[in-house]
Amino acid sequence: MDNIWFNIGLLLEYPIVNLKIIIDGVMIGALFALAAYGLALVWGVMNVKNLAQGDFVIAGGYVSWTLAQMGVYPLLGVPLAFVIMWGLGWVIYKTVITRVIERDLFTSLLATFGLAIMMAQIMNLIFGSDTQSVDMHWPTWRLGELGIIELPAAKVVGVVMAAILAIGVVLFMKKSRMGQAIRATAQDSRAARVLGIDTEKVYAFTFALNAAICGAAGAIIVMIWVIQPFYGITYSVRAFVIVTAAGLGNLPGVIAAGLGIGAAEQYGAHIFGIGYQQAIAVVLLLVVLFYRLMRQRRLRQVLQ
Amino acid sequence: MTLRIGLMSFTAAAALALAGAAAAEECGTITLGAAISLTGKYATNGYHTQNGYEFAIRKIAEAGGVKVGDKCYNFKVIYYDDESKGDRGATLAERLINQDGVQYMLGPYSSGLTAAIAPVTEKYKIPMVEAEGASRSLFNKGYRYLFAVLSTSEQYLASAVDLAALMAEKSGKSPSDVKVAVAVENDPFSLDVRAGVIEDAEGYGMQIVVDEKLPRDLSDMTAILTKVKLVRPDLLVVSGHSKGAATAVRQIAEQGVSVPMIAMTHCEAADIVGNFGEAAEGILCSTQWAETLKYEDPIFGSAANYNEEFKAAFPEYADRAVPYQAAQASAAVLVYKDAFERAGTVDDREAVRDAIAATDMMTFYGPIKFDETGKNIAKPMVLRQIQNGQYNVVAPPEFASHELIWPRP
Repeated sequence: MDNIWFNIGLLLEYPIVNLKIIIDGVMIGALFALAAYGLALVWGVMNVKNLAQGDFVIAGGYVSWTLAQMGVYPLLGVPLAFVIMWGLGWVIYKTVITRVIERDLFTSLLATFGLAIMMAQIMNLIFGSDTQSVDMHWPTWRLGELGIIELPAAKVVGVVMAAILAIGVVLFMKKSRMGQAIRATAQDSRAARVLGIDTEKVYAFTFALNAAICGAAGAIIVMIWVIQPFYGITYSVRAFVIVTAAGLGNLPGVIAAGLGIGAAEQYGAHIFGIGYQQAIAVVLLLVVLFYRLMRQRRLRQVLQ
Repeated sequence: MTLRIGLMSFTAAAALALAGAAAAEECGTITLGAAISLTGKYATNGYHTQNGYEFAIRKIAEAGGVKVGDKCYNFKVIYYDDESKGDRGATLAERLINQDGVQYMLGPYSSGLTAAIAPVTEKYKIPMVEAEGASRSLFNKGYRYLFAVLSTSEQYLASAVDLAALMAEKSGKSPSDVKVAVAVENDPFSLDVRAGVIEDAEGYGMQIVVDEKLPRDLSDMTAILTKVKLVRPDLLVVSGHSKGAATAVRQIAEQGVSVPMIAMTHCEAADIVGNFGEAAEGILCSTQWAETLKYEDPIFGSAANYNEEFKAAFPEYADRAVPYQAAQASAAVLVYKDAFERAGTVDDREAVRDAIAATDMMTFYGPIKFDETGKNIAKPMVLRQIQNGQYNVVAPPEFASHELIWPRP
């Protein structure tokens, strides 16, 4: 308890730390938001809750790391991971997901859970269990007293790339023919089929797009933090929390929730200790669910 | 992957060597069992351990095997992959003992796995000499058949506290002015490291200013390091296996954290010099063993000799320091050889157990002598500082080959 007061005291004593925590949180939250957006897409369009979401992120990281080992410039790893993970996503859709998509929720949960374990173990066999990262050797800008706010160039570039990717995906969904088809399928897949949309193609496209988004996020993560074959679960958990909190089909909500959770976690880690960082995300989810439940109850009472 | 290929080719070579030796001298076989982490989060260190076992077995075979009475024996190990999971390790230990009929066990990697397997070996009265479980909680349960060749974990970084106190005195301050920041993973091993550090620090009257527990799937330490920057401690202690070391070194440099003394575990396993170069300069790394120490035994020769021959046998270690995890695994096999020879039997498990308990020997890895709880009380921990990309022994002073660079650049 003393510790918590001491930590809060530090925040008050050095107000600039608050700014630093928020910046750090927003930077990590941007990447959570990407993975969450992919999840929302698959969830909304196909009603498949992809438990292997985080493992796609890590796989993308390893694609980029492998390319960097082969001498490819790390930044190019991001688009390349997008393309390669697209291919992998498409293969996984055709071999696994297409068989469970019409089944009940439980079957698809089990299938993607199995997929998550498989992917983590395969990556472990191929790359070993060491943590890996790509060091960009870029400068770090320091601002504020004590240089407390540090902006590593890699992080800034990573966030910018995440933003470009997000904007690209949004424009694609709004403007392109395929984007329209995806949205139509999400609204009512039977009606979409009646109107001549090849929903199987839409599903395959959506799943591949999700894998690609995750892959690009992973390629950014490997430049900024570290990856390890078993780190997928942390990204899966955050993606679920964010999507559940923000709701499906609510892209601004997903992004806001992603950034918010990033910042909240950093605050939690500062005040309660880093061991509680993930607990903060889950507590926030509980709060949102309770709030929703209460509101829903009130709504029902009105309807009666 | 290279590790695995290296291992397979080596195992094949070892099998040939064993076959050759057996044909020439008609040596018998003593089968040992080991559940070891070949997949999962401990896989890297699991491989180091397995390589250490295999290297020792080969060297002992080359030196004429284990001589029991007028017969000679060679070791053979049945390995199973425990996937870095405790429940799996316990199941595999049961299987080794009940189905494979293993009478003697070598330890797994990590304290957690050892804690899961020890009750099983204890139940069947199977001796287990382990080399990778340092948690002190293993040695207060009254286990009779568990022996550990390594120093227990609360000693790992405690010497850094002594060093910090010494440096405070040298610069005209009192040791009680020293501020200590501790960041350890939330697992039995690291919590012991923390306990040892805190106990010693409190003994000096030092102030613990940061005391954080890292989650197991840690990939971001920014929150802790920000705090460290604000409270400016004199000593920062980090313990979180390879991933903790890698994350800490990377982010300490990235955030420009300047602490006069930083001590951590698992530097070699994370290869922080190879991966982060400059950023690793001046960091203190605790180690069970270093190849520059002046220990010797008849099988491996000096510590330096062990280092060279190990690198020759496993080329994947060529451009890095041989991890102590491999050295202590080899030492565990050496304890078995010595105990079998003194017991004069390979069938009487109780006699062998008593012989292990009475071990008092010198090895390339350091002196080995067990107390009644089964831990090695003869060997001290060593601290090395990374100086110009080299690991140089700086503490304890009587073994030091180099001067400590303080404060850290």
